[in-house]
Amino acid sequence: MKKTLFAAIAATLVSGAAMADLVFPSLSYRTGPFAAGGIPFADGYADYFTLLNERDGGIGGVPIKVIECETAYNTEKGVECYEATKGEGSLVYQPLSTGITYQIIPKASADGIPVHSMGYGRTSATNGRVFEWVFNYPTNYWNGASIAVKHILDLNDNDISGKKITLLYFNGAYGKEPIPTLEALSEKHGFEFNTLAIDFPGQEQKSQWLQIRRDQPDYILFWGWGVMNQVAVQEAANIRYPMENFIGIWWSGAEIDVLPAGDGANGYKSLQFHNVGSDFPIFDDIEKYVVDTGKAAGAGDQIGTVLYNRGVYAAMLAAEAVRTAQDIHNTADITSAMMRDGMEALTMTPERMAELGLPNFGPTFQVTCENHGGEGLGAIAQWDASATKWALVTDFIAPDDEVIMPLIEADSMAYAEENNLDLRCN
Amino acid sequence: MPDQVLFATEVVLNGLMAGVMYSLVALGFVLIFKASGIFNFAQGVMALFAAMTLVGIQNGQVPFSHLFNAIFGTKIHYFGWEVHSVIAILLTVIVMIFMAWAVQRYIFQYLIGQEPIILFMATIGLAYFLEGVADLMWGAEIKTLNVCLNSDTCLPQGINTVIDSVTFGWFGYGFFVDNLDISATIVAIFLVAVLVIFSQYTKQGRAMRAVADDHQAALSVGISLNYIWILVWSVAGFVALVAGIMWGAKSGVQFSLSLIALKALPVLMLGGFTSIPGAIVGGLIIGVGEKLFEFLIGPMIGGATENWFAYMLALLFLVFRPQGLFGEKIIERV
Repeated sequence: MKKTLFAAIAATLVSGAAMADLVFPSLSYRTGPFAAGGIPFADGYADYFTLLNERDGGIGGVPIKVIECETAYNTEKGVECYEATKGEGSLVYQPLSTGITYQIIPKASADGIPVHSMGYGRTSATNGRVFEWVFNYPTNYWNGASIAVKHILDLNDNDISGKKITLLYFNGAYGKEPIPTLEALSEKHGFEFNTLAIDFPGQEQKSQWLQIRRDQPDYILFWGWGVMNQVAVQEAANIRYPMENFIGIWWSGAEIDVLPAGDGANGYKSLQFHNVGSDFPIFDDIEKYVVDTGKAAGAGDQIGTVLYNRGVYAAMLAAEAVRTAQDIHNTADITSAMMRDGMEALTMTPERMAELGLPNFGPTFQVTCENHGGEGLGAIAQWDASATKWALVTDFIAPDDEVIMPLIEADSMAYAEENNLDLRCN
Repeated sequence: MPDQVLFATEVVLNGLMAGVMYSLVALGFVLIFKASGIFNFAQGVMALFAAMTLVGIQNGQVPFSHLFNAIFGTKIHYFGWEVHSVIAILLTVIVMIFMAWAVQRYIFQYLIGQEPIILFMATIGLAYFLEGVADLMWGAEIKTLNVCLNSDTCLPQGINTVIDSVTFGWFGYGFFVDNLDISATIVAIFLVAVLVIFSQYTKQGRAMRAVADDHQAALSVGISLNYIWILVWSVAGFVALVAGIMWGAKSGVQFSLSLIALKALPVLMLGGFTSIPGAIVGGLIIGVGEKLFEFLIGPMIGGATENWFAYMLALLFLVFRPQGLFGEKIIERV
């Protein structure tokens, strides 16, 4: 009897192991001051995986399990979420906060779980020779700054010497990220570079905008988040700043950032590393398999919004890394170490994106052992207030690697030295 | 006139306007503290809750629709009508009165006679509860707030062209003053006048002042503490609604509205926790002080000085007047 029971338990455990889910923790923030941005992303992330489960039976026949943990965009809670979920077989962490990313980089590296900070986090993590477990494809903040300057160069026949460019930024690690890049670009192109900091939460920005009104910069680059975005766009409209010369980073370029300012926001631009709108076949599938069946993470009314699309894009890249890992290791049931291998060999081509129902949705890129950030392309989107829609107004633009790569090399090597890390990929 | 003087004058003007916005928030704190000795940590969240309720009613949103839809599998979000701003404001005031009754009935009635720190902790709990209820009731997305009398007359925003052109004619430099800030100033003056008239010339107002002076004495002459505290929380709820409208018009109605309380604290420290004029004067001093400091000193030290400078200024005042500029000096004999 005992033997039979033991055999039954063993069989259950073995079959359980064989049927293990692909686990994706979702460090979401549906509460707190940044909830309005966190909810659509979390919904998009969850809905894409639900679609794969419902339509395809998971990835490679293995079902997907999303474990959502609420961080409220708070670093301490984010670390708690990491600790609480890492033992669940988590394949990859997308911390959704630069602060959380910085905190879990050493932990995840020690635990052997990859971190994907897509368009945020530690920029120099793009150096795969130093950061074995961290990835930040398809692009990062320094690339964003460079792409914005390239766009300004395009608008001015490649001559911006003597122009004034002001960086208006969240007074924290995130907002300060592009400063070294912009200083280097200022030297290269001869534009006058100034900075204006805004403290959290940023509901009162009169001083900064009076300063802008006095200085009359030719262009404003904006690294904001949360209520800071809505107030900045409103204040720019109030002082009648030419909105087409006001360019936000991708975290300052969602519908929620511009709608409160109404017509005043018309023409405001933002960087994007994925396409906007709902005119992609994948969303028909999400409607059919997820929303209509009542399995959507939210109300289903966020489909096509910038941040929902970003969540879908993040999930799609994670799923593609799983497929790559399954191919490399010839097994459907992968571990986090195998996931890392998949991420390091990930290649996104136009053909593959079209197959996935996301034609031209994101830039093409290839991740390698040395380069965990891909080619770093981004595009410029512009807000049409009358149509209440964002639209890409440029192709995906490559950053200025001549300026960016030495900065990444210097920062990552300093990290390697501080932490006594051996360089990889030799 | 030299450019720097012109710029400084513009900064002072805008500082005064910003100060009025801070005062609007601080007023709610003062009303409750004066009448009941409770430092209401939830005042900022009340502004958020009031503004969300106003927009929800205006847009014909079904309250708790997300909850109903999740439970019953329905897809109901809106009633399909829009409510005029004035009616929506009146309905929101009723909701705030109900909230005041509920707060008194289910929280503070059980805490009569407790230490101030217990009452303060209760308001912290209330703040988190209200945050959750507001999100559950109206959703966490950012809502655009338009308060309009008719299709042509809405709460104005943007540069005041009259001031711009007149000052340009005088000085060759047009001053920027936001129409929303001017509206807030007019509303604040009206609000303070109404509060003063209410407290000085009405029976309820006099009863409120009596309770503020001495609870036990007021009780002994037949004033109902329960009624007065509901009244005070209702008035504070109305002030929160006004603050929520003014701040929400600027940034959209969203969770961060609750953080405007952070701007009111230095105002209270400076003006005193028990004085309505103190809240106004404190707001103006903080507004002008932080804007001038940011203009004159900010660029030398990296900017973004306003948040900490407001508290530093308030602390400086506290050294010389611990009760604030207009606060009551409390002497306890031991």
